[in-house]
Amino acid sequence: MTTTSPFQDIKPQRPWQASTKDRLITFAIFLLSILASVVVVSFTGLSGKLGLFVSFVFVFIFVTSGRSYLQFGSAVAKDSLVNILVAVGTFLTIIPIASILFEVFSKGYKGLYPGLFFQDMSLNSPNDPANVGGLGHAIVGTFLLVSIALIFSVPIGILTALYLTEIKGKFSRPIRFLVQAMSGVPSIVAGLFILSAILYPITKNNSSLLGSLALAILMIPTVARTSEEVLNLIPNDLREAGVALGGTQWRTVAMIVVPAAKSGLLTAVILGIARIAGETAPILLVAGGGDRYNFNPFSGPMGSLPHFIWNSFRAGTPESTARAWTGLLVLLVIVFVLFAIARFFGNRKVGK
Amino acid sequence: MSTTETTYLIPEKRVVTTKPRFSDKVFRGVVTGGGLSSLVILGLIFGFLLYQGFDIFKSQGIGFITNSDWDITYDESGYVLSNQFGLASMLIGTILCAFIAVLIAVPISVASALYLSFYAPEWLKKPMVAIIDLMAAFPSLLFGIWAYFILMPSGAYWAKLLNNYLGFLPFFKNELRIFSNSPFVVSLILAIMIIPIITSISREVFAQAPLDRIQAAYALGATRWAMIRAVVIPHGRNGVIGGAMLGLGRAMGETVAVYTVLNIVFTINWQILVGAGGNVASMILLKFGEASAYETKALMAAGLVLFVLTLIVNFFSDLLVRSFGAKGK
Repeated sequence: MTTTSPFQDIKPQRPWQASTKDRLITFAIFLLSILASVVVVSFTGLSGKLGLFVSFVFVFIFVTSGRSYLQFGSAVAKDSLVNILVAVGTFLTIIPIASILFEVFSKGYKGLYPGLFFQDMSLNSPNDPANVGGLGHAIVGTFLLVSIALIFSVPIGILTALYLTEIKGKFSRPIRFLVQAMSGVPSIVAGLFILSAILYPITKNNSSLLGSLALAILMIPTVARTSEEVLNLIPNDLREAGVALGGTQWRTVAMIVVPAAKSGLLTAVILGIARIAGETAPILLVAGGGDRYNFNPFSGPMGSLPHFIWNSFRAGTPESTARAWTGLLVLLVIVFVLFAIARFFGNRKVGK
Repeated sequence: MSTTETTYLIPEKRVVTTKPRFSDKVFRGVVTGGGLSSLVILGLIFGFLLYQGFDIFKSQGIGFITNSDWDITYDESGYVLSNQFGLASMLIGTILCAFIAVLIAVPISVASALYLSFYAPEWLKKPMVAIIDLMAAFPSLLFGIWAYFILMPSGAYWAKLLNNYLGFLPFFKNELRIFSNSPFVVSLILAIMIIPIITSISREVFAQAPLDRIQAAYALGATRWAMIRAVVIPHGRNGVIGGAMLGLGRAMGETVAVYTVLNIVFTINWQILVGAGGNVASMILLKFGEASAYETKALMAAGLVLFVLTLIVNFFSDLLVRSFGAKGK
């Protein structure tokens, strides 16, 4: 026995959704506006891509809003106007990033060759053609700089986050503000601080350890803020369960909360690395910048990717500029990979 | 039937106390210490820069901020004969560029945040958010070199257009007719750098707009824009302003990207299209290479001024974002 509902054939009506006809009309207006902007550019003083873009936007806005105004009235006309404006805003946000990615890849890939990753620049100047020398020393330097910075910044960052989420003491508000303020410290000030506090009075020499200290200052706020967000996501039930089983707060945090937030904390650290891997100004002040391999972080100038790019850029010849773009490509790929790893871990469910 | 005597072992009464164990005391101590380290680091930065720059503040007085000459002369043995350090042109240049950058960036960021929150189709939303976050993580060196090679020619062309049509305004005057290396191009690159920051903060703020009111607005027949104007903007205004202030702080402290583009000159310049301007952070980097010990002290003092300036901006930004969070409805 089957009962058929009398309403079964009636589809729900969605009058707010654009019908095919609406879409076709929008598309037609879009094409017409492009055509109109081409006409405007060819017959008036406007010229170039900028003129094309501006006249297109104006024509499109005018026609679409005018049509909405005639058909539905002023409220809908305003709505469609804003509709176009937000789309234009997003377009303007995306244009620079697309241009940066395009330029770095198209200008940088020419300099790639296997030796690039193993040789250093001690035997050639930045003005040599791109197929001699390499940035092996810079990669080693960046690796050392970042790993030593991690030793300082990860404990401090995570402890700060733990204070804000687990202890919630009376300093929580000021510390949250200070971490925020620290994330706004200009990178050159961090370099100057290391210069004034350690390099001038104590060591008097560049070394990558000092660079790491400056980078750690810049990395702590990123790690602390991201870790705080992650730890806040851990359900309070877990903490209560830990305490109810007789655990002290120390054991609850160390055995339950931190393991549950493991992947999130890893994300925080990786985002921190991405933040400092390309940091240039403090490195220029304190880490020196050698052009040969240096595996000792405690003495001697240490090359690094940003420094390599900076030197190549400053040399100014076509060859060195090409080398700078190649360096940027390598740096960009590193940041990109770090970012992808961070998103991969960040997207996993907390608590697994 | 025999009666067995059972002895009950009555355990000693447990001591119930709220006093933390020793391990907890250590834990709390360590964590609190770690938490206070940000205070310590900021204090140390302030203290050391003040210590190193103290001579300069003493000898230059208030002139360090109000003058705009930067001269130092030595005799043959390297003894300082006369010196004159003034940051006015650099400070004005820094604030001017950062301010214009925020003026350019805020409308674009708010528009893209609105698009991502309320207009974008689902399939587009996630990749777009990822790309904009990635852009926030780009190193400033990348922006700097891109700006020098790619943005500067276009920027100079746009500056020429502005000068042609709006040249009667004192801001857009340019008698030299040279448009590269100008504060205008610096503002453009700074705007591009802070757009992702302001966008992601605005997006977070908009995401917290109360859903019931959004739906109520729609139910009353509001268009999308009417809903945004009635619900989202009143709710998110402070948060967006706070995000803009945060972007302002970032733009003020930017070093490398400004250094590559700007032509640093120690005169106060309000004409943003002229290829001469000032910037504290870039000036420090520029002068550092050739600076003597005494001049380095002046650079430290300049660093301290920049540090305090960004702290103040960050403080107000934090206040605004917080006040938004406290309202929370």
